[in-house]
Amino acid sequence: MKTVEEIKAAIEAAVPGAGVEIVPNPSVSGQHSLRLEPSHAVAVATFLRDGLAFDYLSNATGVDWPDKEIAEKVKVTRTVTKTVDGVEQAAEETIEEIRKRVEPGCLEAVYHLYSVALKEGPLTVRMRTANRTDQVELPSLTPIWRSAEFQEREIFDLFGIVFTGHPDLRRLLMWDEFKDHPMRRDYVEPDDFEYEPTAHDQVLARAAAHRAAQAAPDSGQEGTGAGQ
Amino acid sequence: MAVEEGLKIELGKQGVFVTTIEELYNWGRRSSIWPMQFGLACCAIEMIATTMARYDLARFGGEVFRPSPRQADLMIISGTVTKKMAPQVVRLYNQMAEPRYVIAMGACAISGGPFKQGYNVLKGIDRYIPVDVHIPGCPPRPEALIQAFMTLQKKIDGQHLTGPERPRHLDAEAQGEFPVPVQGEHDLEPTSNPGVWTVPVVIR
Repeated sequence: MKTVEEIKAAIEAAVPGAGVEIVPNPSVSGQHSLRLEPSHAVAVATFLRDGLAFDYLSNATGVDWPDKEIAEKVKVTRTVTKTVDGVEQAAEETIEEIRKRVEPGCLEAVYHLYSVALKEGPLTVRMRTANRTDQVELPSLTPIWRSAEFQEREIFDLFGIVFTGHPDLRRLLMWDEFKDHPMRRDYVEPDDFEYEPTAHDQVLARAAAHRAAQAAPDSGQEGTGAGQ
Repeated sequence: MAVEEGLKIELGKQGVFVTTIEELYNWGRRSSIWPMQFGLACCAIEMIATTMARYDLARFGGEVFRPSPRQADLMIISGTVTKKMAPQVVRLYNQMAEPRYVIAMGACAISGGPFKQGYNVLKGIDRYIPVDVHIPGCPPRPEALIQAFMTLQKKIDGQHLTGPERPRHLDAEAQGEFPVPVQGEHDLEPTSNPGVWTVPVVIR
């Protein structure tokens, strides 16, 4: 089995400017993956299939990376004017400041490749979209591995990644009129918590919120979910 | 007018058979309940097992699984009803001829079961169509399905041809067609049929 470093070097030799990055996996298994540049992904995938004999795509799935707010403590030195014994003095003081920045989120597609011919694998290949809202296109790898077809449809359905070059990009699990992408982290499920006889934890909170919303507009009437 | 049980036996000893139209009618209906041949999930495997030699649903007159809703009397909702499948289930039920019955088999069909909080699973088929017998279990064993079948037979046996308690197919005013939910942008619309299902009150 070739290491990801060797595979990366082979890709860079074959596809100039491929922009392949190694995503390290810090766990014991150490299954590092390769992140492809979407613009070169089709060329790289073709090379992986024809040049390195990764002839079998076993699994494709999606990952949602929401916008992440990162708070950092930064030490800042600044000059302040202090009044000591009635005399104003300039003094330097070091304080800790918390700076917040937002790391923009993205959607990611993950593919697991095997080589049946060489009995190798898996090789994990990733691709990221530019953001989560309007630039969600990724090149489809279905023309290279046919087994990606339904799985890319499922990713399109549940995560909302649009695969350009896919032969038949329709929703797979949900109906065509459905607008949401249920596997995204910010998916809000419909408020159908009217009957929860054994509710606990989050469901209990959602059921209580549902009853409060039901009781508010017509508080005089009998609550249908009373006693829950 | 019902015949007294003791008198009936005595007359029977003399070779006179006495019955009522109601008894005959119900006996005929309960002894040949033809289920519809469709399964939705893993409960369907248990339903198939029920019909095979070991459990033998034919003993109860229910072995004739019909591939068409037009010829079926009983719909066994055997498995998870997804929101994508629910309109088709209601539509099939609408296509069945009266008298028709529904057994909701398993945790998913009666309440959504382990998938209740999922975005794609209906929280019980009784939100859209009237269910006669609910069977809990995940999946229920074939014995449980047979129990439900016998419960349904008892229910049919107890039905009267006339009076306010008469079954739906003898009531000209009764609702025969159940509205098929529409697959909307976020959920099924409406989320339940208020004529069939209202939020149950939980008593603690």
